[in-house]
Amino acid sequence: MTDLFRGELVRFTLEEPETVAKAEVRWQRDTEFNRLADSEPSRLSSEKKIKDWFEKQLEDGFKPERYSFSVRTLAEDQYIGFLGLWVDLIHSEAWVGLGIGEREFWSKGYGSDMMKLCQGYVFAELGLQRLSLGLFEYNPRALRSYEKCGFQLEGSTRKDVMREGKRYDSLWMSILRDEWLQMQNGENK
Amino acid sequence: MFDIQTQLFEGQDIRFGPIDHEKDPEIESKWTHDSEFMRMMETTPARPMSAAMIKKQYEKLEKQAEENKNLYHFMIRAKVDDRLIGKAAVQWVEWTNGNAYLRLGIGAEADRRKGYGTQALQMLLRFAFAELNLFRVSALVPEYNEGAIALLKNFGFVQEVCRRKSLERDGRRWDLYVFGLLKDEWQSQA
Repeated sequence: MTDLFRGELVRFTLEEPETVAKAEVRWQRDTEFNRLADSEPSRLSSEKKIKDWFEKQLEDGFKPERYSFSVRTLAEDQYIGFLGLWVDLIHSEAWVGLGIGEREFWSKGYGSDMMKLCQGYVFAELGLQRLSLGLFEYNPRALRSYEKCGFQLEGSTRKDVMREGKRYDSLWMSILRDEWLQMQNGENK
Repeated sequence: MFDIQTQLFEGQDIRFGPIDHEKDPEIESKWTHDSEFMRMMETTPARPMSAAMIKKQYEKLEKQAEENKNLYHFMIRAKVDDRLIGKAAVQWVEWTNGNAYLRLGIGAEADRRKGYGTQALQMLLRFAFAELNLFRVSALVPEYNEGAIALLKNFGFVQEVCRRKSLERDGRRWDLYVFGLLKDEWQSQA
């Protein structure tokens, strides 16, 4: 069996609340990072508040509809980002959100490697039928990466978000279980 | 001067009103026993709910609306006898982006195909665009809800997204559509 948590460039871990809070308090200062990742306004939270939030997650315990991973590089063993899954068990679908907070690791294939691990986890471990994600039209780098990973564009909600006085579409993408399986078979040949 | 005299919550045959915590739970409980209605309205599993459960939901709803300030919920009532006929809502409002999602349902079979849905959507759109000043609204509709799709298209909604095979029902998978309407599209037909 393949290692679910180890890709070609990165591996999935779960960092301790202190480590996560220290990193995220730094990453949130990067508003380009935030505006690529989220439609909510950028804000600055204290290290304590972030840590408390992660500790509360711990207290709430395991939830079969929520999975979070931290991401470390294989080469440097550096903590560079996160990937989270929100699962709809009834309709067998997951939504993924991911980010690379350390900018020197942008545009080098780390995101695609994270996404490949995520797809393996969703289809081969959780056994779901569908993996979905959303992004903004001003993020062509993410669009290319997701297309490369086999995601299909399913449409766009027009002029959905406003940035600096201009409106942009939100893009909706997905990959179905059968499409992922076909890709796996193609790669193994 | 803008049209301050045309009431936001009064339609031709219907009106929007607040929840009646005494009378409404029993009526809405009946609707939840209609699995076809529930499958049109919700993507969560249909299940019969008691009046006591509905009562709790109302309390949660009002608490949510107060705390999160991103939800406007209305009961639809017939003007002639004030009876409850449906529900409408503007939800998941993102104030900084000026967007939100709409919900609408006519509960009792006897009240459907009477034009109440059309009147309610007309009022809901005016509320969303002319009172909340939103820029766009969206609606999520399963491909098997043909009534809702026809209604949205009548109002100029555009099918923007097709979430392929994202619902599981009756042993097969169904698409879920996202419809959208922009403020200027609404204005040009109003």
